[in-house]
Amino acid sequence: MDSIKDKTAIVGVGWTRYGSIKKPLPESQYTLACQAIMAAIEDAGLAPKDVDGVMRFNFDSNDPVRLAHSLGINLKFFGKSMYGGGGGCACVAQAAAAVYAGMADYVVAFRAISESQEVALGHFASQFAQLGGIPGSMGWIMPFGLMSPAQGAAITASTHFSRYGTTSQHMGNIAVAQRKHANQNPNAFFYDHPMTMEDYMNSPMIAEPLRLFDCCQESDGACAVIVTSEERARDLKQPPVYIMAAAQGGLWYPNSMNLLDKIADLEKDESWHLAQALYEMAGIGPRDVEVAEIYDHFTIHVLCTLESFGFCKKGEGGPFTEGGRLEWPDGELPLNPSGGNLSEAYIHGMNHVVDGVRQLRGTAPAQVKDADIVLCTSGNAVPTSGVILRR
Amino acid sequence: MPYLPMPLPLPYEESKGFWAGCKRHELLIERCMDCHVYRHPPIPVCPECQSWNKEWVKVSGNGKVEGFTIVTRALFPGLPVPYNVVRVELEEQKGLLIIGNVIDCSPEEISVGMPVKVTFEDITPDRTLYYFKKAE
Amino acid sequence: MATIKDRYAIAGIGHTEYSRNSGRSELHLALEAIMGAIKDAGLDFKNIDGIVGDHPSRVDVMTIGNALGLQKFGFFIETEFAGGGVPSGLLHAIAGIEAGWATHVVCYKSLNGSSKNSVPAFEFVVQPHELGFTRPFGLLDPVAYAALAARRHMHQYGTTSRQFGAIALACRKHANRNPNAIMHGEPMTIDDHQQSSLIADPLRQLDCYVEADGAAACVVTSAERARDLKQEPVYIMAASQACGPSLSCGTMDPTVTENETRLLARNLFSMAGLTPTDIDVLQVYDDFTPLVLMALEDLGFCEKGEGGGFVEGGNLEWPDGELPLNTGGGNLSEGCIEGFNHIIEAVKQLRGVSTAQVRDAEVVLVCGATGVPTIGLILRR
Repeated sequence: MDSIKDKTAIVGVGWTRYGSIKKPLPESQYTLACQAIMAAIEDAGLAPKDVDGVMRFNFDSNDPVRLAHSLGINLKFFGKSMYGGGGGCACVAQAAAAVYAGMADYVVAFRAISESQEVALGHFASQFAQLGGIPGSMGWIMPFGLMSPAQGAAITASTHFSRYGTTSQHMGNIAVAQRKHANQNPNAFFYDHPMTMEDYMNSPMIAEPLRLFDCCQESDGACAVIVTSEERARDLKQPPVYIMAAAQGGLWYPNSMNLLDKIADLEKDESWHLAQALYEMAGIGPRDVEVAEIYDHFTIHVLCTLESFGFCKKGEGGPFTEGGRLEWPDGELPLNPSGGNLSEAYIHGMNHVVDGVRQLRGTAPAQVKDADIVLCTSGNAVPTSGVILRR
Repeated sequence: MPYLPMPLPLPYEESKGFWAGCKRHELLIERCMDCHVYRHPPIPVCPECQSWNKEWVKVSGNGKVEGFTIVTRALFPGLPVPYNVVRVELEEQKGLLIIGNVIDCSPEEISVGMPVKVTFEDITPDRTLYYFKKAE
Repeated sequence: MATIKDRYAIAGIGHTEYSRNSGRSELHLALEAIMGAIKDAGLDFKNIDGIVGDHPSRVDVMTIGNALGLQKFGFFIETEFAGGGVPSGLLHAIAGIEAGWATHVVCYKSLNGSSKNSVPAFEFVVQPHELGFTRPFGLLDPVAYAALAARRHMHQYGTTSRQFGAIALACRKHANRNPNAIMHGEPMTIDDHQQSSLIADPLRQLDCYVEADGAAACVVTSAERARDLKQEPVYIMAASQACGPSLSCGTMDPTVTENETRLLARNLFSMAGLTPTDIDVLQVYDDFTPLVLMALEDLGFCEKGEGGGFVEGGNLEWPDGELPLNTGGGNLSEGCIEGFNHIIEAVKQLRGVSTAQVRDAEVVLVCGATGVPTIGLILRR
């Protein structure tokens, strides 16, 4: 069947500096979005009026009206992704689909965030008070204190540890590798904050067995990319980064209650289905992937995603993290060389796409030598998405 | 007494029967009348065979902890940490999972594979929650 | 890139009854409509590999996939902006199939808008701050926004309340032929309209949509696949969204000529290779009559400012009107399913099975809500 393979390209990327709960950025989410989008437009050598489509991340309040207004543009295509962290690559994928279907010529995919967790949780509490209880499917989990993705990931980790002998050190290997990478990246939030395995093991438990450094940290910032057709891409300022494959992965979990408790230790989880779709479209296999930009909301999910993508067998993700295999510059499969959600900034995976593009242009802070093919994934344990990029 | 000072779930159309069962101290799981596969949470149509014919079945309440966590960082003001959250596989069907808390266990005692049995707590005159206790 | 024109089709439709109180959950209604649409197309549930829902999600797409027993699906998205978005499900479905991610995509809308029997909506993000520019001044509800725009139009162009009423009358007349319409069996005269209570001057009760409980769904697939299925395909000639800088804080200046409905019309007609004179039947989102009138102008059926004259004299009424509008009764009299009812009625017209069947209906235009980022479709048989 005809597909989108290689028919579109990313021609511009933009990103802001990053802040965190301890050092928040003063700008609003709206301002950050405009900054990243304008930077991407400039990077592509385009003008704002060239943009005629927008795909935004689902929790982002920068709706098309705001963007049309501030950029002075008319949009023919717009949409938003779904399912939280599963949606970052979907923004890029669906932007590409719109271009390929001729619905728009230049589509921006972006994520801007500047809401601290405190605001979000206060928002939960006040809504529950107003509603007189916990509505809908959240009522199956929240009365029992299951209310955050970290806690859900911890439950997954418990089954993975029990079934396969995975250990905290295995998860720590991922955190330590990415922190090392962040220390190459001056824009990363944890630049100049090295971390050893001992630091990792001493970090406070959040929900056993997940520790603080197993979890991505709240961030302020924005990332944006511009997608267009491969023909138009040839005439623009930057070397095109082709979208070799793009896909979503949705899966009905038997007897699941809510997004928070998805069982990510199923052998054929969403990431597995995503992997099949991506590899088939791209015509490649795990051995061809040179840089892995794996969504890292939690180390355990990175581990499960690596298994699902066939970099190792199911259950062998733990040992796969050993021996520096995931570390830049010498590791076999450099993982999140910009630092990722865990150590660069938590821009819901849009930062992974940005680093993937930089890797293929040769401009990344921790540049993988001769990178030709990059895999970017969105969150495991939610309906998800991914792209394979190439130069 | 609730295990945690959290708001109660708001019953909705599909879940009303479940919570009515809890009030009677019965753990009811929805089952397809045509193919007899259990599903939880309840849903109008059977995911196995798409039949609309369903019934509530009182299950034994026996199961095993399939996964768990000990939450040590409170996300809601006033939540007493540490507390456990468990995912229990009920004995009636492989993969039939339900979230709860084990209310008579210290954190160190909880393990994957541990047998548990359902128990009920009347939180208000109208509302009862289910939980789990250690079983032999 | 090859244009999508005529390469995609609606292969099946399904809907529940529309009522004041469905007595069922929104999930239940959605499943009825969706399963109905799949069966109408002559497909099995397992043929479905893409689902488009609506935000905020009262009925989640994963729950639908769960119920249908789908083992995987390669495409899912939600529309937003209610009436400006619901029909955009079809546009997104086309993009998903074109990209190679799915072959048969279900789009649906389900709501208990009248009985309010609904799982309370829960938002993960705080509402946009722009509401601070309008809420403190009492602009709390879309009817107030529509009233502001209506008053401006009346001032600028001499449009009258009776002219708005002509739109309401046409929809009611059509509803009285449609047993599924909520207002079926309740005729309306212009005097009834003029005497109905003022909601937000100049808008009267009978200028406003009727809330409904109900669900509707359709299956989108490629034109080739649709030709092998049970029903005659309804081809999608054109589909486009529109959002421009003239929308701000939800307020609309009806005197602005370059607004999104204009943009939408240009995109649609150029994609389809048609002009307004080629349209046989119109399904225009009708939450409030003045916005329909303005849409008729901006879509190019008459000049800016001349909508009042255009809607008079039964011009929008089946069977003799030049341009039959909302032939099932629309949101105004069939019941508001946020625009999905317009898609269903468009398909019925093109299949020749509408309760107010326009003779030789070949081409139908569906226009989404105005005043919000919006969507339009041109369908043909």
